[in-house]
Amino acid sequence: MAAFAFYLFAGLLLTSGLMVITAKNPVHSVLWLILAFFNAAGLFILLGAEFLAMLLVIVYVGAVAVLFLFVVMMLDIDFRALQRGALQNLPLGLAVSGVILAEVLLVASGWTAGQGVIVHEALAGPPPGMSNTQWIGSQLYTRYFFVFSMSGLILLAAMVGAIVLTHRRRVGIKKQSIAAQNARTPAATLGVGKAGLGQGVEL
Amino acid sequence: MIGLTHYLAVSAALFVMGVFGIFLNRRNIIIILMALELILLSVNINLVAFSAFLHQVHGQIFAMFVLTVAAGEAAIGLAILVIYFRNRGTVAVDQADLMKG
Repeated sequence: MAAFAFYLFAGLLLTSGLMVITAKNPVHSVLWLILAFFNAAGLFILLGAEFLAMLLVIVYVGAVAVLFLFVVMMLDIDFRALQRGALQNLPLGLAVSGVILAEVLLVASGWTAGQGVIVHEALAGPPPGMSNTQWIGSQLYTRYFFVFSMSGLILLAAMVGAIVLTHRRRVGIKKQSIAAQNARTPAATLGVGKAGLGQGVEL
Repeated sequence: MIGLTHYLAVSAALFVMGVFGIFLNRRNIIIILMALELILLSVNINLVAFSAFLHQVHGQIFAMFVLTVAAGEAAIGLAILVIYFRNRGTVAVDQADLMKG
């Protein structure tokens, strides 16, 4: 049963990964990406990492993939023009990715655990009496607390960066400037002039 | 019996797919960003698989950090894409030579 689930999730993951990079329509690409994330979450559950599986669905599908969808649909992009000449990159891409695949498979098939490292047969769960989430939290908020805070800082920097990059000040529209209003003083704006008889006032 | 090698093979295949996707869609930066997400996902599968088969939680924690960086990278990448499109009217990045770097 576990083997069947593994092959199902892995097969769907690789299929949808292939469709992401080959789909003609980028909206379809995003939808295939969402399917890939769901299947990766299934693999995580098979590995006993339930918390990460849920995180993958919430963060990736709920935020990142929707962000992609927004951008793809908001911008009026001519995708037909972008696909022209795509096949001339095919030989180079096949060569480079073939070399990488061969190297990775070579390393993975020849890999043995180092001294004192035991690779267990069965999938490991958390220590007894602990859920997976508790297990992660007990390490994340103690031993990895500094790194955890730094990753929060990375997210803050990404948020500020994205806002600064995409924010634009429109010109030619009237807008209230509260700071300028509050800075006005009577001395700067009011004046008493003397209007002579039968003459206008010089402003 | 599904072993560690199975997961490593899936992860390697997904990684190579992401690299291949970058070459295949060299002009379309949206697909390039999605291929990058695939690559980071394969790294995550690697980390979680090792975490499960070595009975250690650290792999899962580092997978969380990779997830954080991937989310930030997607946000910044898409922001750059939006302003690039605003300036050039296209997202063909093979002509991105404004800075003549």
